Amino acid sequence: MSRILDVDNLRISFPDGGSGRVYPVDGVSFALERGKTLALVGESGCGKSLTSLALLRLVPAPGRIEEGSRIRLGDTDVLGLKGESLRRIRGRRIGMVFQDPMTSLNPVFTVGDQIAEGVRAHFDVSRSEARRRALTLLQEVGIPDPAARLDAYPHQLSGGMRQRVMIAIALSAEPEILVADEPTTALDVTVQAQILEVLDRLRDTHGMAVLLITHDLGIVAGRADRVAVMYAGQIVEEAPTDELFDRPSHPYTQGLFASVPRITGPIERLSPIGGSVPPPGAWPGGCRFRPRCPKAFDKSETMPPLLPVGPDHRMRCWLAEPSEGGDGPLRFAQGDNPSAQGDNP
Amino acid sequence: MVDPLARAWRDPRGRVGALVLAAIAAAAAVGPLILADPLAQPCVLTCRNLPPSLAHPFGTDDLSRDILSRVASGGRISLAVAVLAVGLSVTLGAAVGLVAGYWGGAVDAALMRLVDAALAIPRLFLLLLVLAVWEQAPVATLILLIGATGWFGTGRLVRGEVLRLREETYVRAAEALGANRRRIIFRHLLPNTAGPLLVAATLGVGDVILLEAGLSFLGLGVQPPTPSWGGMILDAKSVLVTAPWAGVFPGLAIVVTVLSANLFGDALRDAVDPRGA
Repeated sequence: MSRILDVDNLRISFPDGGSGRVYPVDGVSFALERGKTLALVGESGCGKSLTSLALLRLVPAPGRIEEGSRIRLGDTDVLGLKGESLRRIRGRRIGMVFQDPMTSLNPVFTVGDQIAEGVRAHFDVSRSEARRRALTLLQEVGIPDPAARLDAYPHQLSGGMRQRVMIAIALSAEPEILVADEPTTALDVTVQAQILEVLDRLRDTHGMAVLLITHDLGIVAGRADRVAVMYAGQIVEEAPTDELFDRPSHPYTQGLFASVPRITGPIERLSPIGGSVPPPGAWPGGCRFRPRCPKAFDKSETMPPLLPVGPDHRMRCWLAEPSEGGDGPLRFAQGDNPSAQGDNP
Repeated sequence: MVDPLARAWRDPRGRVGALVLAAIAAAAAVGPLILADPLAQPCVLTCRNLPPSLAHPFGTDDLSRDILSRVASGGRISLAVAVLAVGLSVTLGAAVGLVAGYWGGAVDAALMRLVDAALAIPRLFLLLLVLAVWEQAPVATLILLIGATGWFGTGRLVRGEVLRLREETYVRAAEALGANRRRIIFRHLLPNTAGPLLVAATLGVGDVILLEAGLSFLGLGVQPPTPSWGGMILDAKSVLVTAPWAGVFPGLAIVVTVLSANLFGDALRDAVDPRGA
């Protein structure tokens, strides 16, 4: 296995306004592998963006990463880094693409300058060499007429072009890992696909690991190797992409699928998940999805661990225990039809 | 920052202000080179308080000096004081604002309380006090004092901008790219405060010209015999009824200069931040 990043029991806390603290990210673990894409899927406020910022130690103040969390990047303990050594992994080993390309570029410098800035932050090269590399990067992310675009200001480019520039910047220091936080959310649907293709291609040609953060299950299919679904600061289900799409097992994941319209099959009424994600601090005891879950039962009042559902497939739900449904994971074979299961007490 | 300047130029106020300011600056720069010596007294007894004429377009003063020459020379002093003092206060304000806004926490709190306290003391009284004690202060001292008492508002302005900019994604993105502190401050924060700084500087020039004129009028600013607009009005006080031109022309110079600086500053402000218009 070529694991290059290991996140273990990541917890991030913020002051709750009183004397206590809340944990918008509460015990998240995952690993990234070279040349593979892991998709982190969840609604707004589930902690997925905060998780990605933690990888670079960019959790905004007054938030902090709690004791007992571990982030290992190869041989490096990211949480033990300080000052210059921390700066050296930012961009150089983990590159980041942010959600909104309209605000991610500095309006007063040309895009060429900004890509070159990334090159020069980590490599001791001349200005002209940095500019040459910036040009190569623009070609690589598929910007038409890259030589002319080098001297363009951000406001002269479209959203899709800017996101390509952002990707070029993220690649400027040749990182091993690319974190893309909702890279297409702010873009037109047609441009979305192009940007995602660029990410896929770069992953394959550079052998990078990609952490794709999204709320959109639709862009995950056929693109990510694995999917981790987050809810209320925790990963609630994790599986290889095909497995997850075939057998979504956690009631929350099932709810997500049920709320996405399908192109094939009979036209059915969409069933949104009732209620909304409670803010950190208002999470219920036990399973955090319990108040919204159609299948909650007495055992849900204690927090379930991640339990195996199938090969390489785990979820944070007591229903995964064979004793709770009679035949364990198999009963989730018809998983996207939640109403078929009526064993709630 | 080419953009706001170009937009201010398209605004009639901005264009008039800029053109008039440029004309005044040119007159102050070139005038003393071609006009009579502002200290010369060509005919001590017969040339006192002459009304405007071809030989003396603005007339002569009580000491028979040519007022046009003195207005031009005084303009040199007034504009130099204004530009240098504003340059100093904008630099100080930007530095303090960047430090307070970027480091935050206790540093920010300490600096901003200092600014609050400083803003509670009227600037004119503070200057009057210092200059009354420090008699006959040279022009350089005057510039330092005015500059050192003028940065508080700018400091607060820049701090506010930095607080806003620090949350911008491109600053976050620069951090994620491994940019060091110096790069973030000088490439991402400072250049993006240039617009508001430019506005503060332009409007500050008008304020400082008035301030220096006021101090000179009270005899505490630029010291005679060096001509200054405020000092000329002071000299003209005793002959205001018999030779009004001695006071009117330097007064007009002050009004026109401050007005055009403010016009240009207003246009620039609207160009930098159209929402605040």
